[in-house]
Amino acid sequence: MSDVTIPQPTRPWQRKRSETFRSGASFVIVGLLSFAVVLFTGFAGVDGWAVVFLLISIVAVVIRGRKLSTKERGNSKVQLVITAAAVLAFAPWLSILGSVLFKGVVGLRLNFITSDMRTTVPDDELNMGGALHAVLGSLLMVLIATIITLPLGILSGVYLTEIKGRFTFLVRFVVQSMSGVPSIVAGLFVFTTYNSLTNGPSAFGGALALGILMLPTVARTSEEVLKLVPDDLRSASLALGARQWRTTLMVVLPTVRSGLITAGILGVARVIGETAPLLLTAGSNSAFWFNPVEGPIASMPIYVFGMLQIGTEYATNRAWTGALVLMLAVFALFFTARKLGGKDKR
Amino acid sequence: MSNASAVLDTPEQGFAGLETREAHAWFGNHHALSGVSLRFPAKSVTGLIGPSGCGKSTYLRLLNRMHEFIPNTAMAGEVLLHGDDIYGESVDPAAIRLKVGMVFQKPNPFPAMTIRENVISGLKLAHIKIDNEDELVEKCLNRAGLWKEVKDRLDASGGSLSGGQQQRLCIARSLAVEPEVLLMDEPCSALDPGSTLRIEETIKELAEKITVVIVTHNMQQASRVSDYCAFFLSDGGPGVLVEADQTRKMFTNPTDTRTADYVQGKFG
Repeated sequence: MSDVTIPQPTRPWQRKRSETFRSGASFVIVGLLSFAVVLFTGFAGVDGWAVVFLLISIVAVVIRGRKLSTKERGNSKVQLVITAAAVLAFAPWLSILGSVLFKGVVGLRLNFITSDMRTTVPDDELNMGGALHAVLGSLLMVLIATIITLPLGILSGVYLTEIKGRFTFLVRFVVQSMSGVPSIVAGLFVFTTYNSLTNGPSAFGGALALGILMLPTVARTSEEVLKLVPDDLRSASLALGARQWRTTLMVVLPTVRSGLITAGILGVARVIGETAPLLLTAGSNSAFWFNPVEGPIASMPIYVFGMLQIGTEYATNRAWTGALVLMLAVFALFFTARKLGGKDKR
Repeated sequence: MSNASAVLDTPEQGFAGLETREAHAWFGNHHALSGVSLRFPAKSVTGLIGPSGCGKSTYLRLLNRMHEFIPNTAMAGEVLLHGDDIYGESVDPAAIRLKVGMVFQKPNPFPAMTIRENVISGLKLAHIKIDNEDELVEKCLNRAGLWKEVKDRLDASGGSLSGGQQQRLCIARSLAVEPEVLLMDEPCSALDPGSTLRIEETIKELAEKITVVIVTHNMQQASRVSDYCAFFLSDGGPGVLVEADQTRKMFTNPTDTRTADYVQGKFG
């Protein structure tokens, strides 16, 4: 056995290094060239640069494709078009992310999340005051909304997948049309009912409006997740002499526990940035308000909205920082949802 | 097609308490099973054999009221457990399923539970008090032939086991509620030959204490594992019981020519 020479492992299917280098070089050249065009011609800004880059890329692909066969040339053209489309779809997201990040980071100090606006006016220096009250207000309202909505949403999912009662069609229809309700309508509904019956804006009113918007997301996600539970497991449980509610409670729901948590998180992410309904139902405040059933309470979106309306330099900075914090919170939620969702073992 | 009615229990073997009288089953308008009358012998393995679509699995599911979970199904006739019709008005189907357990074709341990929790899940699900959990878990896993392999990782997930081990876990789970009869719907068809052999040994050991009814596509398996056989057949119409007898007789000297043709592999 010792005289057997083991060949060097190779990967013939991989792109050759020289090829990678050449395409990288052409990418750089195209980039520089389009930059030069933007500098010296009428094209300007990021948009102009993108358009020029795309045009020169096409030229480059055509030039580099001379040596290729017709089919390979076609392939590289389609690749370019698809890559361009992907970049184009990605661009607005990147642009939003970039501007919120750059403008928000200006006001991002520790005091932004440790103090509120009780003794600070929006025009004060950025090292004074903050959005603690808004962060807490948002958290409180989202928490109340989740406590109300999560059981309701999961139970509707259970009704649709486990009980399959007479109203399955109706429930599914209502849930689906509810997800199309404009958020201001949800706000108006709570405003004319709960808020007008009680003493005006309150955290509970805001939470109710958010709950209305959350419910369809939670219910639909729960239904989708529960549908993934194999019927085998239900049969197994029933064949062991379990009743349906025990089966649902002890076998079906635990099997998709992480999926149901994901449903809740997606619901939270859906409403945490809602502004319109809170404008009507929760109002705004410059300090955290502890009584959830009475009195206006601040929230992140309303904080951003209010600061933008004031419109002075420091207020605008505060608004951007608020937007940044809100966006980071949503990212954190989605990240957690993905983490938990991926852990589902079936 | 003529329909046989069979009494498999003998004075020596004893009666398992489970019998059907003129049992029929429908899926929608499709008449799947017609007039099956059969008495099961106690503490033995009865194999239900026959080609695909002959109604043997349907018949099995009639025996513990699992048939009704398929939408638009219907049944007629009587299924008696110790003389009482299990489809009677005042009967609690969950109580029947406690006495007549079932193991399915595909291993289906509960993925959200550990091995230990899987074994005792039947008792938890049915609200039955457990006196000595450790002892029960060990006993059931032993009877299912799985104890030695899993005793050091009882708190691992049921899904972490191999296919054959999962199926034995499902058997252990069914045994924990101490059923009188264990129904098995092609329990080995999703498993490799080695695991199949292990399960067959388990089945034979189980039959020393309880009554086992097993559906199988595999005639070698039926001849290896069963003491009695019931042959089902459908010739386009509903499935009927052709013949039922001791396995040895069914495979060597059957009464009906169709049985002879089937066990010799001429069709099916």
